Amino acid sequence: MTWVLANLELIGSRTVSHLLLAVPAIVLSFVLALPLGWFAANHRWSRATLLTAAGLLYAIPSLPLFVVLPTILGIGVRDAANVIIALTLYGLALMVRAAADALSSVGAPVRLSSTALGYSPASRFWQVELPLAGPVLLAGLRVVAVSTISLVTVSSLLGVDNLGLLFVDGFQRGILAEVLTGIVATVVLAVLVDGLLVLLGRLLMPWARGSRA
Amino acid sequence: MIRFDSVGKSYPDGTEAVRDFTLELPSGRTTVLVGSSGCGKTTLLRMVNRMVDPTTGSVWIDDDNVADIPPVPLRRRIGYVMQNAGLLPHRKVIDNIATVPLLNGVSKTDAHRRALELMELVGLETTMANRYPDQLSGGQQQRVGVARGLAADPNILLMDEPFGAVDPLVRADLQTELLRIQRELHKTIVFVTHDIAEALALGDQIVILAKGARIAQAGTAQQVVAEPADEFVADFLGLGRGTLDLHLRETPGGTLVVDGHGRPAGRLADPSPRAEH
Repeated sequence: MTWVLANLELIGSRTVSHLLLAVPAIVLSFVLALPLGWFAANHRWSRATLLTAAGLLYAIPSLPLFVVLPTILGIGVRDAANVIIALTLYGLALMVRAAADALSSVGAPVRLSSTALGYSPASRFWQVELPLAGPVLLAGLRVVAVSTISLVTVSSLLGVDNLGLLFVDGFQRGILAEVLTGIVATVVLAVLVDGLLVLLGRLLMPWARGSRA
Repeated sequence: MIRFDSVGKSYPDGTEAVRDFTLELPSGRTTVLVGSSGCGKTTLLRMVNRMVDPTTGSVWIDDDNVADIPPVPLRRRIGYVMQNAGLLPHRKVIDNIATVPLLNGVSKTDAHRRALELMELVGLETTMANRYPDQLSGGQQQRVGVARGLAADPNILLMDEPFGAVDPLVRADLQTELLRIQRELHKTIVFVTHDIAEALALGDQIVILAKGARIAQAGTAQQVVAEPADEFVADFLGLGRGTLDLHLRETPGGTLVVDGHGRPAGRLADPSPRAEH
């Protein structure tokens, strides 16, 4: 505890760095997964291929990916972009399937009735299908969020600044308190972000309260 | 007026849902398309707002061939009520009713004011305006569906088995309400059902359909029941099977109307009711 109190500023700055890597990756995974999931949900032939391909991204070992990506993209290993792109790929692995399932979960009667009312295909997507896919999308996004927050720490092995650096550093210097702080802070951050997403879901989807967890 | 002119609909796999269908549906009247499932009645209904485009022939609204009107604006000027109401679960009752006016660019204030008027018209408490569809009973949802269909004040109202999923008592209630609303508004209603009793109760014109949307008979309820065109119609009506073959039977409690199986279908109302006051 004394170590924590003595290093509050360091913990704070590492938390901010951690979020600056995790949040863009979470947002990007979500935004990119939507069109891919939509395509898979609406074109039966592509579904199996797209979902399998996306799922296989998760099979790529993370440390090698952090090292290989920079040579492909011509960026630095410790660049934030490198970490964010790698984490986005892992996020996509989970989120594409969730998006496809979410958009497929919108019932045929609702699609039919909104078409009959005179929604154009685009307005039907934004105003009917996307909001109704919300609860399943949120469930997927929560998994992506906590998994991304935890995966960020792998990049600390390369020396990228984030909460993971606490346990890498603590391990090397034999400071148990620092190792524990790194682990606990990462978990707490994941729990907080997850809670925030749940809250956001309640705010944006008051109609879904009670019907789905 | 809606006119089907030699309309046909076949699918790539060779099935023919509708074959050479011609019919005129007079303005301001209720036409009921009634037939067993798979007879093509819903396909016909959906041709009016271009949810289905015919493969041959044409559908006309007054002097316009619907094929010449883009589907989205066409649908926004035609009311649509479907089975299970088809309400948007993420929108409050008031927003569900206001859907089409809002799509048409009416201001939210005006659309909501109109929605509240419609709630009263269809017999819903305006206190339900801020509930979500899930929080209503089946019958209430269906009333919201009717209100939504009427929101943009369309001349034409398409109703696809709208009362098919509610229990018989609520169903009878909704039918009575629809008749009352229609006496006030005089819409051109196309109503699809498989229930002959519902067809007889609601239709100014009743069109009995056989497979492939062949018109077995078209006429008023009286014409259809008094002079069924053929065996198929008589059978569909339940004539000869007892359900519509009614007799009178005197009982100590008064004159009963009994069906062909001898079961009471109702009682004969006294033509000169006793003064009760």
